[in-house]
Amino acid sequence: MCGAKKGGLDLKGVDVDKEAVIQGQVLRGDEPVGGAYVRLLDATGEFTAEVPTSATGHFRFFAKPGEWTLRTLAPKADPVDRQVVAQYGAVAEVAVTV
Amino acid sequence: MSRETALVSADWVEEHKNDANVVLIEVDEDVSAYDAGHIAGAIKLDWKDDLQDPVRRDFVNQQQFQELLSGRGVKNDDTVVLYGGNNNWFAAYAFWYFKLYGHGDVRLLDGGRKRWELDSRELTDEAVKREATEYVAKAPDLNIRAFRGEVEEAIGVKNLVDVRSPDEYAGRLLAPAHLPQEQAQRAGHIPTAASIPWSKAANDDGTFRSDDELKTLYADAGVDFGKDTIAYCRIGERSAHTWFVLHELLGQENVKNYDGSWTEWGSLVGVPVALGDEPGEA
Repeated sequence: MCGAKKGGLDLKGVDVDKEAVIQGQVLRGDEPVGGAYVRLLDATGEFTAEVPTSATGHFRFFAKPGEWTLRTLAPKADPVDRQVVAQYGAVAEVAVTV
Repeated sequence: MSRETALVSADWVEEHKNDANVVLIEVDEDVSAYDAGHIAGAIKLDWKDDLQDPVRRDFVNQQQFQELLSGRGVKNDDTVVLYGGNNNWFAAYAFWYFKLYGHGDVRLLDGGRKRWELDSRELTDEAVKREATEYVAKAPDLNIRAFRGEVEEAIGVKNLVDVRSPDEYAGRLLAPAHLPQEQAQRAGHIPTAASIPWSKAANDDGTFRSDDELKTLYADAGVDFGKDTIAYCRIGERSAHTWFVLHELLGQENVKNYDGSWTEWGSLVGVPVALGDEPGEA
């Protein structure tokens, strides 16, 4: 993913006032994990969306405001759950370590 | 029609992928995924360019399907193993085509691409070339495909299963957030349809749940296994996943996929629509 900034994905072209962005990076130690799968589960635990991470381990969702769970599946690792709150006008940045 | 004849494991694929009569086919929503890496020997079908009619809203007809598979080197007596990303949505959709056009032995790789990747199994970008064949497609088996008139008659009579997310069912969303391009005029669901998201039939790694778990899932949500069933979603691909579960894994007879799905129903004049989280009245 060219142009990715340290600490998070480039937000060029994203209107963060209108989107409840959840994004981040999957890491194993200090190394990014590409090809991991991040699942977005709603407040009831229901599956909402899933994306594979980029070569640099990055992922992004356009959610709705509210409480979410990110469940990360990666090769040779147990699933990792992270709670996150999304809101309009703010980018929820999440680092997931597997 | 059972788990043994319709589903194969990754180990089975490793063991049989070089068999002369086994053809692996990857079908993805993200059509670039195959080019970046696929299971050795697998060919690709593009769910849109290869499987949809280029002009009308319909999928390829008997003749087009026949020409497609002949060109890609698939024979009628081959064992076709389908797999793909997105928890096998589009692979299940292609599976349904193969059944519709009468292919004898077609199977789905349990867990698809995701489970394969999570197991750190090998993928390659090596090009695959198969010699052309003379594939013969049968007339479409309409026992597994539902059209809108039949769906309207099924309201309050047959099992209708809406496999979209709860927000799409209730009418709060018209499409999944990452697929905004095909939308209906109106939001909601077909009255009396049970909301059973496709994702409930699969584990986190994309493999299917056990037969017992699946039976309980559908029965608890109000599906009467003594009745005929029609599944739908937005464009028919997620409901092909549920059709696969009901018809192929659980061996239910008389299960149809309504591939017109919400993009058709939600744009029809004069048909009933229910809003909210409850199925609604007939």
